[in-house]
Amino acid sequence: MNELVNVSMTVNGSQVSRSIAPRDTLADFLRQSLELTGTHTGCEMGVCGACLVVVDGRVVHSCLMFAVQAGGSVIETVEGMTERAAIADLQEAFHQRNALQCGFCTAGMLMTAYSLLSQPGIPTRAEIRDALSGNYCRCTGYEAIVDAIENVARLRNAALPERTREEASA
Amino acid sequence: MSALTSLDRPNSYIGRSVPRPNAKRLLAGRGRYVTDIVLPRMLHVAYVRSPYAHARIVSIDAQAARDMPGVKLVATGQDLARLCTPWVGTMEHFKGMKSPPQLPLPIDKVVWSGQAVVAVVADTRALAEDAAEAVSIEFEELPAVIDIDAAREPGSAVISPELGNNLCFHGKIDTGGVDDVFASAAYIVEEEFRFGRHTAVTLEPRAIVADYDASEPRLTVHHATQTPYQFQDIYSRHYGIPESCVRVIAPDIGGSFGMKLHMYHEDMAVVGLSIMLGRPVKFVADRVESFVSDIHARDHRVRARMAADADGTILAMDVEDVTAIGAFSAYPRTSVVEGNQVYRLMGAPYRFRNYRADLQVVFQNKVQMSQYRAVGHPIACAVTERLVDMIAEKAARDVFEIRSRNLIADDAYPCTSPTGYQFEALSHHACLAKLRQMMDYDRLRAEQAELRTRGIHRGIGIATFVEITNPGPAFYGVGGARISSQDGAIIKITPSGDVRCLISVTELGQGTETIIGQIVAEHLGVDRDRIKVITGDTETTPHGGATYACRGAGIGGETALQAARKLKENVLSVAAAILQEAPANLDIQNGWIVEAATLQQRIELSEIARIVYFRSDTLPPGTQAQLSVAHHYAPQGYPFAFTNGVQGCHLELDVETGTVNILKSWVVEDCGRIINPLLVDEQIRGGVVQGLGAAFFEECVYGDNGQLTNGSLADYLVPMAVEMPDIEIAHVETLTFDTQLGAKGVGEAGTAAASAAALNAVNDAMAPFGGSIAQLPMTPARILKALGHI
Repeated sequence: MNELVNVSMTVNGSQVSRSIAPRDTLADFLRQSLELTGTHTGCEMGVCGACLVVVDGRVVHSCLMFAVQAGGSVIETVEGMTERAAIADLQEAFHQRNALQCGFCTAGMLMTAYSLLSQPGIPTRAEIRDALSGNYCRCTGYEAIVDAIENVARLRNAALPERTREEASA
Repeated sequence: MSALTSLDRPNSYIGRSVPRPNAKRLLAGRGRYVTDIVLPRMLHVAYVRSPYAHARIVSIDAQAARDMPGVKLVATGQDLARLCTPWVGTMEHFKGMKSPPQLPLPIDKVVWSGQAVVAVVADTRALAEDAAEAVSIEFEELPAVIDIDAAREPGSAVISPELGNNLCFHGKIDTGGVDDVFASAAYIVEEEFRFGRHTAVTLEPRAIVADYDASEPRLTVHHATQTPYQFQDIYSRHYGIPESCVRVIAPDIGGSFGMKLHMYHEDMAVVGLSIMLGRPVKFVADRVESFVSDIHARDHRVRARMAADADGTILAMDVEDVTAIGAFSAYPRTSVVEGNQVYRLMGAPYRFRNYRADLQVVFQNKVQMSQYRAVGHPIACAVTERLVDMIAEKAARDVFEIRSRNLIADDAYPCTSPTGYQFEALSHHACLAKLRQMMDYDRLRAEQAELRTRGIHRGIGIATFVEITNPGPAFYGVGGARISSQDGAIIKITPSGDVRCLISVTELGQGTETIIGQIVAEHLGVDRDRIKVITGDTETTPHGGATYACRGAGIGGETALQAARKLKENVLSVAAAILQEAPANLDIQNGWIVEAATLQQRIELSEIARIVYFRSDTLPPGTQAQLSVAHHYAPQGYPFAFTNGVQGCHLELDVETGTVNILKSWVVEDCGRIINPLLVDEQIRGGVVQGLGAAFFEECVYGDNGQLTNGSLADYLVPMAVEMPDIEIAHVETLTFDTQLGAKGVGEAGTAAASAAALNAVNDAMAPFGGSIAQLPMTPARILKALGHI
């Protein structure tokens, strides 16, 4: 169980290689081996959403995946997205709307929002709440998070060329 | 063009919605939680826990564990008892209260399922858990005391035989005259209420890193807590380390809500393990450990009656509350505070004068119960407000009308509740009127009637509440608990003219640092970007109560205000010497010393700082400039600053499945001076959702043998975004005149009445079917039972 194995993957644009225990989850690997502590663990059973990261373009629970399963994958965490300003508008909207208190759920919320808003169109509030149904927040009561995501959806849509906007809403 | 308001003055921040400067770091994934902290040579602990709710420890065999890879120490209760003195969770003002002494790990018996028994310390948490599997403990199971009635029966098994029985505390309040009132009342309603145990479920579990260095000696504890000074005191006294050598640091905290201010056995053990090893030791509870070892809350059975005269005027209440708290009372705040607040807050918004209550606090073999957000309020509010609705029904009055008739008049203050609470000024009627308007109540009722004809069953519920905030020493200090009700601040001007404020109230994400910055900026006269607020480190900040019971804004804020004014006087004194002007003719605005009358800029604050720090030779002889001040503020006047408000809940009940769709919530709240509306509203929303969780989902379900049967986030239901409504909020601002700031607390307001409003709304929805419900959470099964469908 404690025999180490080598694993390599791309994390936030950099190639990384480490010797790890096969039982290490991706969440533990990111947090402990790579010191990317922006990803959190809240339940370690895929319920709370605090550990969400992007693996090969999909948002997944890093607590439910062994790090060795991510060998060869391309991973992005909140640190990487922040660096390349991929979610700068979401972060700004969350800040202005106070859509976080303790901040422990926030990286996961941003991942869900990132994924939701990568779809065309402006989601309804009900759709935003539905998308957030796997993200637990004990502090805010969710409404500010829904507001912030809705605001960004509108801003992004307004920034699109008119023709694209029509297609998106069609 | 609108007229200028007070917010148009330079540096006017009090009352302004400004975002939190420290939130950007959290948004970028750069929070620093205890969970994230790694120290050189740090070890990790895992605990072997009791599978039994009540058992004698016959023997412990840890040799196999000691031989496992990476294991550095296996410690038992006996080992830690040599270092740590026991603690007892009682307070003197709860007369006759009793509780057994506790140790970090038990020596001869376990008293709840999940209690930590043996500590295994290893290089990694995984290795520690591997070795914990190899520890063999022989238990002899004892009869578990679970049921609150069985626990009090003569002949019941007694958890702590030295205490004689399973009763922790018995309290009574009686104004007299209650029997006479009930004998002649036109209407009497009564109900038996049950409130399930639930728990805080902070997203970051409890986390602690203790680092003991014997050479100084020096103990540094990185602790996810809201009250670092309290723990500095506890670690110092129980481990015999001078207080000046104990440092507790509370960095970013992933949620607390009262849960992270209690003494936990695992946490206390971590300090002892670090002392034994001379190395840093880390403990992070996993989610299952959180469920079986974090404090639980509520767990009350309340039998209550209310009497009213023929026109619906409430005359009296008669209450019996039995609450079960686990096998001992929590330390250092005790487990009686919740029951105490339940039976003292009953009926608090109303005018009636005859009140009788009996409170029994009972030991049982479950995890400890203690203070969690809105301590006692939701119970008192739900019982009172449901009975008020029942009176309304009997007297054929509308729910708004019955409250208008009975609430204390807005001009009747100051006054005292039948239980002795002193109210400075509340605004029930103003809040009620505002709520009615916000809800568009008459339209909702018309819609409800129309929808009922189509088989759609909506419910409307309202609940008024009184909230305890800004507690003075009457809360804990008088009971002998070393928990401060005062706060302290140090404010200094740096050589560049920036400002640093080190203050004892702590940041939990609710925005303490932001509002303190707003207050200091406004009262000093500088831009808030130039102010850095520092919290959560006993080494750098003055001793204070920190954050609990809604005191951060009211007491911490007043501390900051007074400190800022004191510093301003010092600045103006030296500025006056430099400018050869009378201090009274000067003011500070936007970081400039200005003529008070004309606001003409005279000299920059940064220039004053430069002269004071580097060219004191140019100051008039005898000038000793003081650009740092330390200031403490202890609340005086009223023992508590009570607040009030009213909530509304609109929901739709599916009478076939018993499921409820919450359509909307409304809150009108009066917390006095609002420092930052954005933060206040989000506190309320978060609180409402915690209250709705208690109303519909959250319950720690135990089996008859004392096993928690739903201790995971897959089994214990918490409110998620998709089930929660939008929440509309409005305010009435009745200042407290006990402080210059005028602020009261707001952290409990949302939770205090949300479940009561929901309870009334569900009963309202069920009204056509004749069923009623008085148990929280209102699960679909319980609702179907109330409807007579199962």
